[in-house]
Amino acid sequence: MAEGARHAKGSTGVGTETLYDISLTVNGVVREARVPARRLLSDCLRHDLGLTGTHVGCEHGVCGCCTVLLDGEPVRSCLTFAVSVDGHEITTIEGLAAPDGTLSAVQRAFAESHALQCGFCTPGFLCTVTALLNENPAPSDEEILEGISGNLCRCTGYQNIIKAVRRAAELSAEQERDGTGEAAPAATGAAGAPRASGATGGATGE
Amino acid sequence: MTTSLFGERVQRLEDPRLLTGNGRYLDDLGRDALAAAFVRSPHAHARIREINVDRALDVPGIVAIYTWEDLPERIGEPLPLLIPHPALTHGRTARPLAKDVVRHVGEPVVMVVARDRYAAEDACDRIEVEYEPLPAVVGIENAVRGEHLVHPDVPGNVGAHLVQEVPSADGRSAAEMIEAAPHRLEFRLDIERSASMPLEGRGVYARWDPDDGSLRVYSSTQTSTSVRMAIAAKLGLPLPKVEVIAPDVGGGFGVKIMHPWPEEVLIPWAARTLGREIKWTEDRREHFISSAHERGQVQYVRVGFDDDGRILGLDVTFLHDHGAYTPYGIIVPIITSTQLLGPYKPGAYRVEFSSVYTNTVIVTPYRGAGRPQGVFCMERTMDRIAAYLGKDRTEVRAANFIQPDEFPYDHRLTFQDGRPLIYDSGNYPEALRMLKELIGWDEFAKERERAAAEGRRIGIGIGCYVEGTGVGPYEGGHVQVTSDGRVHVSTGLTSQGQGHQTAFAQIAATELGVPIERVSVVTGDTRRFGYAVGTFASRAAVMSGNAIALACRKVREKALRIAADALEADPGDLTITDGIVHVKGNPSASIPLSTVAVLANPLRYAFDEEAKRATQFATAASDDKPPVAEGEEPGLEGRDYYSPVRSTFAYGMHAAIVETDPETAEIKVLRYAVVHDCGRLINPMIVDGQIHGGVAQGIGGALYERMVYDEHGQLLNASFMDFLMPYATEVPRVETAHLETPSPLNPLGIKGAGEAGVIPVSAVIASAIEDAEGIPIMKMPISPSELFHLRRTASARVG
Repeated sequence: MAEGARHAKGSTGVGTETLYDISLTVNGVVREARVPARRLLSDCLRHDLGLTGTHVGCEHGVCGCCTVLLDGEPVRSCLTFAVSVDGHEITTIEGLAAPDGTLSAVQRAFAESHALQCGFCTPGFLCTVTALLNENPAPSDEEILEGISGNLCRCTGYQNIIKAVRRAAELSAEQERDGTGEAAPAATGAAGAPRASGATGGATGE
Repeated sequence: MTTSLFGERVQRLEDPRLLTGNGRYLDDLGRDALAAAFVRSPHAHARIREINVDRALDVPGIVAIYTWEDLPERIGEPLPLLIPHPALTHGRTARPLAKDVVRHVGEPVVMVVARDRYAAEDACDRIEVEYEPLPAVVGIENAVRGEHLVHPDVPGNVGAHLVQEVPSADGRSAAEMIEAAPHRLEFRLDIERSASMPLEGRGVYARWDPDDGSLRVYSSTQTSTSVRMAIAAKLGLPLPKVEVIAPDVGGGFGVKIMHPWPEEVLIPWAARTLGREIKWTEDRREHFISSAHERGQVQYVRVGFDDDGRILGLDVTFLHDHGAYTPYGIIVPIITSTQLLGPYKPGAYRVEFSSVYTNTVIVTPYRGAGRPQGVFCMERTMDRIAAYLGKDRTEVRAANFIQPDEFPYDHRLTFQDGRPLIYDSGNYPEALRMLKELIGWDEFAKERERAAAEGRRIGIGIGCYVEGTGVGPYEGGHVQVTSDGRVHVSTGLTSQGQGHQTAFAQIAATELGVPIERVSVVTGDTRRFGYAVGTFASRAAVMSGNAIALACRKVREKALRIAADALEADPGDLTITDGIVHVKGNPSASIPLSTVAVLANPLRYAFDEEAKRATQFATAASDDKPPVAEGEEPGLEGRDYYSPVRSTFAYGMHAAIVETDPETAEIKVLRYAVVHDCGRLINPMIVDGQIHGGVAQGIGGALYERMVYDEHGQLLNASFMDFLMPYATEVPRVETAHLETPSPLNPLGIKGAGEAGVIPVSAVIASAIEDAEGIPIMKMPISPSELFHLRRTASARVG
């Protein structure tokens, strides 16, 4: 879309960029922004929408700090253009806890297990692990390792993150068993709902 | 019960904030600020012929463009040499923006300020700088050869040269001792560059208040107090008009103790000049090519020893690559040269180093700060001696240990703090015993045989180190109890993920007898505490922990005094439990700390119910005494400082079992064990976390990470695609055990733990690979392909 209209080119080859109106559902709330085509989703979330919980560690898709859930699936928001997710659902770290502030099982498990130090990579891990456990509520150690192997952490040595994923699976199972489940759905709900209404036509593989 | 939280695995108070996206890191601040971006040198060494900014001027959103010529004198002059040393005879520092010559790829040349970062980078792309390339000096040996010079007035590229020599007890030199020794060895070791590489890069955000004539600067730094002083000096502002705050910092590991970075001077200056808020957030490539690296050394070892492997004389000469400039002095090679000795006591020791210039990124401390290189040197030496004598590697180490009854042990060397290198306490034989048990050292031979029978190749390695922690000169703490019973603690040093808010709250809660939920801790904010050094050298817990404890003790004493008056009791009969002062053994005779705080501050005005109790007509103060007694101050608060005579020495021993693939030479760490002694533990959960993280960085440095410069000084792997930081899949589980030998030097008996994990890892992994392969490992890091080539060379030699 919009080829040839991206730049109103001036004599020096630069000019005012065409801006696009986009509408995203972020953490269950419809948000609107006016962005140039090159605006990264990470920048849109952080700077246009003020959701600074999503962090940017490398801007080339390797570190995983900027991972958010796009229609429930983890994506690198630094490799995603904001205009390309117009109409979609995004979950960020700010949307993982229940509306009343109760931490999700994953968030609680990270605190209990001391799975964060500086906290910079944490938003990416939380989103990644939330998606992982939605897909596979009882992952094996091998599957946990695989599941988090796309996120860098420079502080923890990962040992306690692995522990936290196991613990989060336990906590979720307990909630499931007790029928309380008020914290977990913040993750599953946010991730699950868009799958039904998402624009990808339900091609989620589930 | 006295709520002693000291030593408990308390969950971190930081976490609820950080787990919900409510952390505030540098780039999360200043949403409406202008953005700065930099044009950086693409050449390692070049003369700047001309800078043409014309084509950038009509980029929409551009606000200002600065080259060196646009800077006032004080801003444009070379940045400070932070830690001068008599041996650093040719110290050189960069200017914030290059003048005439650039000396490494990434050196800032032009600063652009624009509406946002996109516009600023558009403008940078359109600025034309004409360079005349000059020959680049890359690699330690090229530097020493001195064919080309990094600085024309630094002959041989040698910035510093230092010799320290400790003769034997009977006055013989290391050379004499080595000559006279029954056995001698001589070899060379190499260790390459890596970097701190925090996931959050550097960043600066400055707000100038024109009405107040004051400046507030946020920096992702490990030392806000010193950045503040540097900015005040550079901008010619009175110190009280400058405040610097380290917000949440996404990792430091040393690189953020360097200061003032060019951007820490330029952004505040531009903010004042333009009267606008300005922010600069470093991107990843910038971090690779303009922030600091560390580790690169070449070492030459000569050692003489007896039949038991006891070192009679040790002579180490090494070359240290400090990059293009020396703003942080020669702390790193000084630490290498002194901490190399570890837990051992050679008969005589001589160390000599030259610290040399290259056209590469500057070298400043990275977690471990020269110790990993020193330990690599010493531990490789121990293994060489063991191999030569056909002895068990742990036996040779044990034969050289300083014994528990020899503390304090004086190495007769000068340490990085300019003070004598005297170890305070430790129990090295016990640590070794624990480590051998933890890893199963004595049973490993059988394990190896079993593996060999399956066609697998495994090896075991060991490494020991001693780390001077808690270097001075001082830190301070301020503690205030307010009339709502809350305890506000502040200290000047900064936090980058070490859990200071929790550990310091544990100390305060324990000292004051209050629930930890009532304690809040602020670090790195000069508005709260102006005197500090910074967070580095594993010093925060030791320095600020003790300062806060001392400040709490002052507050406690005052609280007991006031409460004693109110309760008509003797202060000695009182104690504080759960925030309530009461007579020991009689909880009913009590007064809450909140009330004590009210009584501590005589008031004229009753602004709320609580305050009413402290007003002049409410108190029963005697008429002939001033409301604030002589020598007293209003309020229930205290401030104190901790300034140690010298560093306290933590230590540890690591062992690893590795497997090397007989075909592909792939190297896998099967087990990793750590015995660690940092004195009394404040929070074992946090200490373990520090060790895990340190080991992971060590594994990175041993097997994956290196800075690959080509001969032109281009950094070829300046991205996370090519610089291989370990993921979860590369890091082994770390098994830890603790010894707790208290430090006699400080009130809490603690030693530092922040850097510990990383220090011996390269030595340990080299030791284990060597054991698996039977090939000497003299260079780290090592990749599968390097191991493959070592095998080939070794078999060719045998064949």
